[in-house]
Amino acid sequence: MEFLRPANLAEALAAKAERPDAVPLAGGTDVMVELNFDHRRPEALLDLTRVAELAGWTVEDGVVRLGAGVSYTRLITELGEKLPALAMASRTVGSPQIRNRGTVGGNLGAASPAGDTHPVLLATGARVEVASTRGTRMIDADDFYVGVKKHSLAPDELIVAVHLPVASAPQQFAKVGTRNAMVIAVCSFAVALDPEHRCAGAAIGSAAPTPRRAAEAEEFLAAELPWDAPAPLRDSVKRRFGELVASAAAPIDDVRGTAEYRKHALAVLARRTLGWAWQDYLGSERTCA
Amino acid sequence: MRVNVTVNGEARQADDVWEGESLLYLLRERLGLPGSKNACEQGECGSCTVYLDGTPVCACLVAAGQAEGREVRTVEGLADGDRLDPVQQSFVDAGAVQCGFCTPGLVVAAHDLLNRVPNPSDEEIREALAGNLCRCTGYEKILDAVRAAAK
Repeated sequence: MEFLRPANLAEALAAKAERPDAVPLAGGTDVMVELNFDHRRPEALLDLTRVAELAGWTVEDGVVRLGAGVSYTRLITELGEKLPALAMASRTVGSPQIRNRGTVGGNLGAASPAGDTHPVLLATGARVEVASTRGTRMIDADDFYVGVKKHSLAPDELIVAVHLPVASAPQQFAKVGTRNAMVIAVCSFAVALDPEHRCAGAAIGSAAPTPRRAAEAEEFLAAELPWDAPAPLRDSVKRRFGELVASAAAPIDDVRGTAEYRKHALAVLARRTLGWAWQDYLGSERTCA
Repeated sequence: MRVNVTVNGEARQADDVWEGESLLYLLRERLGLPGSKNACEQGECGSCTVYLDGTPVCACLVAAGQAEGREVRTVEGLADGDRLDPVQQSFVDAGAVQCGFCTPGLVVAAHDLLNRVPNPSDEEIREALAGNLCRCTGYEKILDAVRAAAK
């Protein structure tokens, strides 16, 4: 095995071009487990923790460019107001030790259906910036996940950053797990209100082969949310939204929960998070007026 | 490969380090620092918690090569010679140590919490220690120890 230690992004991309089989290593919270348990013996490890270009974030034209190597802890403390749902999801990841090392870039690279940040990336219309020696391209979160733990990167590409709009309205993330910490989601859900386009994004995690958007539920919200005369949502709207979110899921039965339970829990999560987000929106509207 | 790392203030070097090896293995088996415990090897139990450049991490999830040129502080490095760190002393005084396997990780996690939050609430203590498993104490004595160390 080789241990590649690029000092900057150009070196990292050159290394990945030369050794497409090299496994990128950032926080190590997934890769090291596989190594420790002998589940994986890659030809090379590509340590990205020295690549300064991946380690920061910037804001331009209302969009956060979040470096792939920014830890969950930093995201929570530095970007909680700009990216509330992503910070909420990050706060549910593992433990302090894991959040100190783990990154959104790593979550994307692993592309697990249970990855905590995925529903937020989908619901907020995030785009993933990937690069290789051939150049840089943007992949919509919608097109990123292509199968269980499979993403749409070419072998010579690295995830460089994630681009997310600064939240202009309330967002929510919620997750069901068997305890408060150190737990893989049984199912998870994110919703992001978008007053400018008079719609809302909604996406599920850990309840289908990939994280996915709940398209019908989103269409329903676009038609039903009373943007013109903001008022508390009727229970029937929240309930129907929950049903549509659950119908977007294609879960499996496994040790963490049954498919039936996951669908039920998603309907509840969707109903509640929409209620919280809309209630926040009404509150902020009143404050502004 | 060769790895150079500063451990508890001392420059250390290890040779013939396997590229897939963890920092935990490096510390315990090559540098003779068995304080950090090897239990789950998947970041679930927190027994191997050490500071890496001042940030608590699971040493089992850091590749040894990632520690090149960095600073590590283990539970061995918290005491000042024979004088225990106040967090360590508090664990002893409160009877928060039973079999002792989880203790080094808990001590480092609690040490970091109290550095950041001198007077944590019970919720803050619980959240800060959520990555550390103990199978003996029932956690109550551990919570007592952290509360006492905060005073």
